[in-house]
Amino acid sequence: MPRYVEDPNKLNARARGLLEELRDKGTLKMKDRLAIPVQRPPVLDPGERSRWQEEVEKPLTPAQAVLESMRCIQCKNPACVKGCPVAIDIPEFLRLTAEGNFSAAIEVIKRTSLLPAICGRVCPQERQCQKDCAVGKSLKDVGLAVAIGKVERFLADWQRNQAQAPVPRIKSPSGRKVAVIGSGPAGLVVAADCRREGHQVTVFEAFHKLGGVLRYGIPEFRLPKEVVDAEIDLLRRMGVEFRTNFVVGRTRKLLDLMDKDGFDAVFIGSGAGLPVFTGMPGEDLVGVFSANEYLTRANMMGAIHPGRTDTPMFVSRRTVVLGGGNVAMDACRMARRLGAEEVVVLYRRSRTEMPARAEEVEHALEEGIEIRFLENALGVLGDESGRVRAVTVQRYALGEPDASGRRRPVPIEGDTYELPADAVLVAIGNNSNPLLTSTTPGLEVNARGNIVVDPETGCTSLERVFAGGDIVLGAATVILAMGEGRRAARSINEMLAREAIEEAADAPRAHAAPTGHWAPGRLRRRRLALGTRRRG
Amino acid sequence: MSSDFEISRVLGEGSLPPSRRRRLRRLGEDASDPAVHEGSEAVPGLPEGSLEPVPPEFEILSVETLAEKVMRMRVRAPLIAQERKPGQFILLQTDVEYGERIPLTIADADPRQGSITLIFQVVGKTTQELASLKVGDALPVLVGPLGTPTHIEKYGRVVAVGGGIGVAPLYPIVEGMKAAGNHLTVIAGARTRELVILESEMRAMADDYIVVTDDGSYGRKALVTQPLKELCEGPEPPDLVIAIGPPIMMKFCAETTRPYGVRTLVSLNTIMVDGTGMCGGCRVNVGGKTRFVCVDGPEFDGHQVDFDNMIARLGAYRDQEKRARDHACRLQALAEKHPHA
Ligand SMILES: Cc1cc2nc3c(=O)[nH]c(=O)nc-3n(C[C@H](O)[C@H](O)[C@H](O)COP(=O)(O)OP(=O)(O)OC[C@H]3O[C@@H](n4cnc5c(N)ncnc54)[C@H](O)[C@@H]3O)c2cc1C
Ligand code: SF4
Ligand code: FES
Repeated sequence: MPRYVEDPNKLNARARGLLEELRDKGTLKMKDRLAIPVQRPPVLDPGERSRWQEEVEKPLTPAQAVLESMRCIQCKNPACVKGCPVAIDIPEFLRLTAEGNFSAAIEVIKRTSLLPAICGRVCPQERQCQKDCAVGKSLKDVGLAVAIGKVERFLADWQRNQAQAPVPRIKSPSGRKVAVIGSGPAGLVVAADCRREGHQVTVFEAFHKLGGVLRYGIPEFRLPKEVVDAEIDLLRRMGVEFRTNFVVGRTRKLLDLMDKDGFDAVFIGSGAGLPVFTGMPGEDLVGVFSANEYLTRANMMGAIHPGRTDTPMFVSRRTVVLGGGNVAMDACRMARRLGAEEVVVLYRRSRTEMPARAEEVEHALEEGIEIRFLENALGVLGDESGRVRAVTVQRYALGEPDASGRRRPVPIEGDTYELPADAVLVAIGNNSNPLLTSTTPGLEVNARGNIVVDPETGCTSLERVFAGGDIVLGAATVILAMGEGRRAARSINEMLAREAIEEAADAPRAHAAPTGHWAPGRLRRRRLALGTRRRG
Repeated sequence: MSSDFEISRVLGEGSLPPSRRRRLRRLGEDASDPAVHEGSEAVPGLPEGSLEPVPPEFEILSVETLAEKVMRMRVRAPLIAQERKPGQFILLQTDVEYGERIPLTIADADPRQGSITLIFQVVGKTTQELASLKVGDALPVLVGPLGTPTHIEKYGRVVAVGGGIGVAPLYPIVEGMKAAGNHLTVIAGARTRELVILESEMRAMADDYIVVTDDGSYGRKALVTQPLKELCEGPEPPDLVIAIGPPIMMKFCAETTRPYGVRTLVSLNTIMVDGTGMCGGCRVNVGGKTRFVCVDGPEFDGHQVDFDNMIARLGAYRDQEKRARDHACRLQALAEKHPHA
């Protein structure tokens, strides 16, 4: 039995007791709802969990989920929905959950969000739906807002444990083919949405495993791979095809997918995936890694199972992590789990500016990781064999507020020190990987290398080519990637439907030919002649 | 890597765990129809209208031993065969769950047959496993072609230096350089006579073929840098030198040509994970800048590469490998003491 911070049975019993009291009260007044304590899910004991990969936080118990949902005061003009990047009807699913109607509740979420089990776990709720929640506002603490994400996750897990998710209805074959590049959240959503319209969908993935960052980046202790597998399995059952080990731009050029292989539309969801290094002296020493490499070795190449995997993992006792985002938090907690006795995170700004989810920061601190604010690495020092021995650290102070009102950190002259270390993990960000864009002539990118798209449609400078997710936004979030995917899928589906109608009107006999045998190249050109050319 | 080799030697060929042997899926005879992909407009292995993924991707078509511990393997990979250019490489794993990704240069390709040729030396666990595969087995992971192709043009006099197994990646480059109309000198170096590979292939293409061995058992008893130096000093110095081989050899080739100002390309074989620029594990310092071998390379100006740093980084996991080897030795000792344990 794993140890918990608070015994899950006790948490559950307390919630049940409260539920009973409330039932006796009859209709709840606003005051009663505000008086319900926020429900905290069972969490593994930090001492033990920091040596395992097991998921740290468990779902709320059903009683807790019901109780938590009862805290919602059902605003007429709900701030939570405005804060949600995909505008999930939050009060509605909370209302249904409070009634105990979990299956209806999860359906409300799935109308807008395809991956609630994932988003419930990784969304920065404190900055989105929960940020301006009326309950949190009344109680003057965003931490006391309705725990929307926890309820979302509860519902998604509940459904997954009920039975295998049912395959959604798929329209009859349209004879159209959609190529999706990248199997991250953006790509997975496009695959689902386009497949439902009856199009044949093939997802091309450079790696041998599917899921993008969900697979190689975010660790098991935060997002069990079983959750990602379930989503991919559903897509497979829907008839989506997956081609792994396929680097579009290298294995096959993007335009060849359309010109030679007959794809009618392409969605690019290739993610950010270009680690930023600082350029400081010593960054090439043995023992300095990008967080991407470190986490990929651990999560995807199996280095979290020492002895079983052939992929080696750098063993370190004192690890220094640079950065303050989710990637930095995952890297430092992974280092801890892989045996580092001391892990220090250096972050140039102060805690309020940390881009990581609040909960990950708390969990990291609980696991004994030290975060030093207003400090940054100036360089890495090596020993005679070229291995990391220490990091030179610069201290900062908060300067005058700049134009944006933020107080910029300024280095305190001469205030530096040496921090002994044998490994340094660089987690200061990701830029757009140029591999695909540089091998696709005519695909417009901005100065930062992100693909430029029409904000309404997700269409790129190339016709029939759409893009979304981190490759458009720069390193962002799962929910935004998903939202972008939905938008692009809608445009693709509209385009293909419109063409089908135009074709039927134009050449009824050609349409009568069995699908799957038409010459794609010819058809494509003809469609262009029909004037379906999109934004250039 | 060499320590890894020790493990495999100690434990012997039959030492693969059964689970791992099973995972190298063996394909049925009937599945190996090479005609499937030919002349098709669609993505090979993905026939139009079908939702069924078609095996036998990455099936091994032939295996042969070129020299002691040096193997040549032909693998079905129709798309890679079509797209690859000289200088590019692939990454492969012998096990999808727990395999390590290793880069190998595409030594040759036959787009009509849909196959690529890999030449490798058995040095570590992955290459050991690779060597134990038979015709009809399939690799679970093979991705490519990766890297920036060699810039092929008519330079004039090109000298290609290959050390040991480095002759294999040199082959497609030499082929391209010859086709572009260059005068071609090949210097092939090996420890001893038995390790000289691709001699007839290289002789057929080169205008001059010079072979050197460390022990003098074949050709001149010299290091590759000696004939290289002579060529640089000679009446018709090379316009371009391409050196591929162990890092230390490439380093010394670059040092040899530096005083003569002869442009020298080297092809780096660093530790890699994704091969697409995502991890930075392959980074090297070239001319004071950080470059990623898997996308910016594998070829770089040898005079600008920080070889010492690269060699140190190649040894990043030495400790772990040593520990793994000690562990394997202990297991072996245990097994010998208790044969039925
Ligand atoms: C360690 C880490 C932790 C994170 N934590 C959070 C979090 O807690 N909450 C949150 O909201 N966000 C988090 N993020 C960010 C979030 O994961 C990303 O914003 C999101 O995954 C982007 O989705 P995507 O589909 O655009 O791309 P990705 O998930 O990056 O997927 C892109 C996929 O495309 C593949 N690909 C790339 N190029 C090609 C090509 N040429 N051919 C074929 N395939 C290709 C890649 O291999 C990859 O699998 C985290 C990111 C990281 C790295
Ligand atoms: S803002 Fe908070 S209280 Fe209001 S509807 Fe949304 S979750 Fe309920
Ligand atoms: S191998 Fe990962 S960036 Fe080159």
